[in-house]
Amino acid sequence: MNDRWEHFEHGADIGVRGRGATKARAFEQAALALTAVIADPASVEPRDGVEIACEAVDDEQLLVGWLNALIYEMAVRHMLFSRFRVAIDGPRLHATAEGETLSVARHRPAVEVKGATFTALRVGQEADGLWTAQTVVDV
Amino acid sequence: MDMQQLKEVGPCRWELGATGAMRVPVRIYASGSLLREMDDKALEQAVNVAALPGIVGASHVMPDAHWGYGFPIGGVAAFDADAGGVVSAGGVGFDVSCGVRCLHTGLRREHILGVQQRLAEALFAHVPAGLGSTGAIRLNAGQMHTMLTGGAKWAVACGWGSEADLDRIEERGQMLHAKPGFVSEQARKRQRDEMGTLGSGNHYLEVQEVTRIFDEATAGSYGLALGDIVVMIHCGSRGLGHQIGTEFLRRMVEEAPRHGLTLPDRELACAPIRSDLGQEYLGAMRAAINCALANRQILTHLVRQVFADLLPAARLSLLYDVSHNTCKVEEHCVDGRLRSLHVHRKGATRAFGPGHPELPEALRAAGQPVLIGGSMGTGSYVLAGTSGSESLAFSSACHGAGRAMSRHQAMKTWTGRAVQDDLASRGILVRSPSSRGIAEEAPGAYKDVTAVVDAAETAGLSRKVARLEPLVCIKG
Repeated sequence: MNDRWEHFEHGADIGVRGRGATKARAFEQAALALTAVIADPASVEPRDGVEIACEAVDDEQLLVGWLNALIYEMAVRHMLFSRFRVAIDGPRLHATAEGETLSVARHRPAVEVKGATFTALRVGQEADGLWTAQTVVDV
Repeated sequence: MDMQQLKEVGPCRWELGATGAMRVPVRIYASGSLLREMDDKALEQAVNVAALPGIVGASHVMPDAHWGYGFPIGGVAAFDADAGGVVSAGGVGFDVSCGVRCLHTGLRREHILGVQQRLAEALFAHVPAGLGSTGAIRLNAGQMHTMLTGGAKWAVACGWGSEADLDRIEERGQMLHAKPGFVSEQARKRQRDEMGTLGSGNHYLEVQEVTRIFDEATAGSYGLALGDIVVMIHCGSRGLGHQIGTEFLRRMVEEAPRHGLTLPDRELACAPIRSDLGQEYLGAMRAAINCALANRQILTHLVRQVFADLLPAARLSLLYDVSHNTCKVEEHCVDGRLRSLHVHRKGATRAFGPGHPELPEALRAAGQPVLIGGSMGTGSYVLAGTSGSESLAFSSACHGAGRAMSRHQAMKTWTGRAVQDDLASRGILVRSPSSRGIAEEAPGAYKDVTAVVDAAETAGLSRKVARLEPLVCIKG
């Protein structure tokens, strides 16, 4: 399993990058990187699932749409997510995000994410065969 | 930044002439050292802005500028609707009408020191701060509509403040021509329990002391004297503004080709002012400005409650409230002609000079107070708008220190505990729900705010009036 996530630097904000064997798995890892901006994903129990669907004209806008849908669900449900199952079919994405209600005491959230941007936005397959899905999020 | 390409055109003023697709030059206001440290991306983005349709005068860059989204943070650009001008969601930012408000307390340093600890705990307990905190106010659909059109004026009518407060807020506390009909259900839902919350990131509430006066006369007319205690609140339009920014950025990206806009960077996404999308954005963004003004007014009410309980002699009157992420229609004299322009200020503060009709009578002679937030360990400044600022950058100045280090790097460099202990040893009490949040906002992660305001003054964008240093900081 080469799936992984990381953060990358951007002046005032922070970049989220997912890498995976497929585009969908790279999207799942990017979502984990998003959670990690806020709190340690390992501290978030995947207790409740939320269904998410979005669509866009290209892969890159689909990634922005996916991350913004997660940001919205986190905000209105007061939840954090730690397990993701993503299916991408052409311009459409269907996903389940599993997590739990935010606990300030237990999750110690560092910062709120305002939105996903189009800065350093990239979705593509690398020479090593893995997919990358990345962008900068505004905090 | 490579300074070879820039021409020095005045004190702390630099210019890059219009070439290629640029319709106007780029003007940067900075000292040589600030300019050398400024990232190349800020200039690249200012060049891109200079190529947008209908831009007037120049694409301006403030001394605290850094890499933003499409527009640089610290960017100012004005567009003429009559000349095919555009409005840009990226030119306003996700946190619509993020801004700073400064309150007098009527107290002096000696009144605070004995209760500093209790004051810090009480403010931290009473003002919802950080991710996951919620406000006590819930608005039904009708109240939400009234808030989105009424701003701080609505909050005062609800009992959270007085009429006198409104005089000391830009737009007299109410942004006109807001169109709540263009604010989505999602944006309203995101705001449902966020009225009267501080937010997180670089947002804060500080109790500060006036530690230096640069201009006695102006400080006097602002009601500031050495040793005075003030309260500074930095926050914006919360979830509602973030959602509006997100939704319109996407729509502007998608619809740009339809409007014949070829953009070098997707994030420059914009729409002609005279288009349905442009008008919808302006209506929704103005509603978000009202949300921010209402939010800062409710936070003011909460702060007043804490002071009334702990320090009953305190009288918290408003010095001023400024927003630094906006697009506003203003009249400016350009080449001898008065023109109505859509002025974008992304991480830049409006700074009207003496005599401006927008200013309340008590402030008109001195010029507008320009509130500059620094980092929690250094200090903040009160500046005053100048007469010359209009001809320089449409009456605009800087907005803060600006980050010098990424959050990631800051987190690797400091721990929240160590930052908190270090500041406590210097008499600054920091309270935050997040230790990591404190580390990410460590004073060392910011540029020197003094260098920024010095450059703004030397360039003529504004004048230094007073320096403020924190005694208590509530960090979201």
